[in-house]
Amino acid sequence: MDLYLSTRHEGDRTVIEVGGEIDVYTAPKLREQLVDLVNQGRYHLVVDMEAVDFLDSTGLGVLVGGLKRVRAHDGSLRLVCTQERILKIFRITGLTKVFPIHQSVEEAISATD
Amino acid sequence: MTGVQAAEPAAAEGSDEQEGVSLRFAPLPEHVRTARLVAVALARRAGVEDGLLDEVRLAVGEACSRAVGLHRSAAPGEPVLVRFAPPGERFRVEVTDLVTGGPVPKPDDGEGDQGLFEAGGVEADMGLAVLRGLVDDLEVETVPNGGVIRMGWPVQHPDYS
Repeated sequence: MDLYLSTRHEGDRTVIEVGGEIDVYTAPKLREQLVDLVNQGRYHLVVDMEAVDFLDSTGLGVLVGGLKRVRAHDGSLRLVCTQERILKIFRITGLTKVFPIHQSVEEAISATD
Repeated sequence: MTGVQAAEPAAAEGSDEQEGVSLRFAPLPEHVRTARLVAVALARRAGVEDGLLDEVRLAVGEACSRAVGLHRSAAPGEPVLVRFAPPGERFRVEVTDLVTGGPVPKPDDGEGDQGLFEAGGVEADMGLAVLRGLVDDLEVETVPNGGVIRMGWPVQHPDYS
């Protein structure tokens, strides 16, 4: 299974739907997408991970990198994830304290800091 | 070749090499997925309960990703070695790299949840952080020629067929 990405804009928010496996092989594709969006001036990102089948530390690194990039522009990076096996990895690494994790895209889009 | 020599001592110790499964792959990211698939297939056959298969998949993937990352920067021509022990009381996996050098941080070094990701470049340790949080039966050892990550999981109903 590969990595699938699709993006759409909702006001000043950009939703990135991610599906498939985020690992050492596919993570560069996600990194590139996040960098492109920031370069286009999209600083409020919502990463929808509901269709992610696998996530490893390389994927976490890319998300942390994305967070650093948007924060440099006073932006935000929110995650949408309800899958326990994916959430577990965020908990293990303490990243639940770093990323706002939402139950739905709607919730993430309407959230404010 | 250093890679082959590093594998010799362990291989000579017992019959694991003959009865188990070994993977030797070039340090390329695309091969890590193959290693994960093999790990889950073997774990299932060994009798690891279904609820732990995701853990096996992630852990073997993390260990292999780490080894691939180390090899790509320091020994791109040397293969990464993964050994799956033959069916037994536990499902045992060893991932060997030829790069790990200096002191390996111990699990009780008190890596803070937040601190891990604050400094630049520390993300390389995220794989080990995941492994330590995930796998109860985990050994990270530095050997003269590199490093070995050993992991084990209980099996419920070994299938020797």
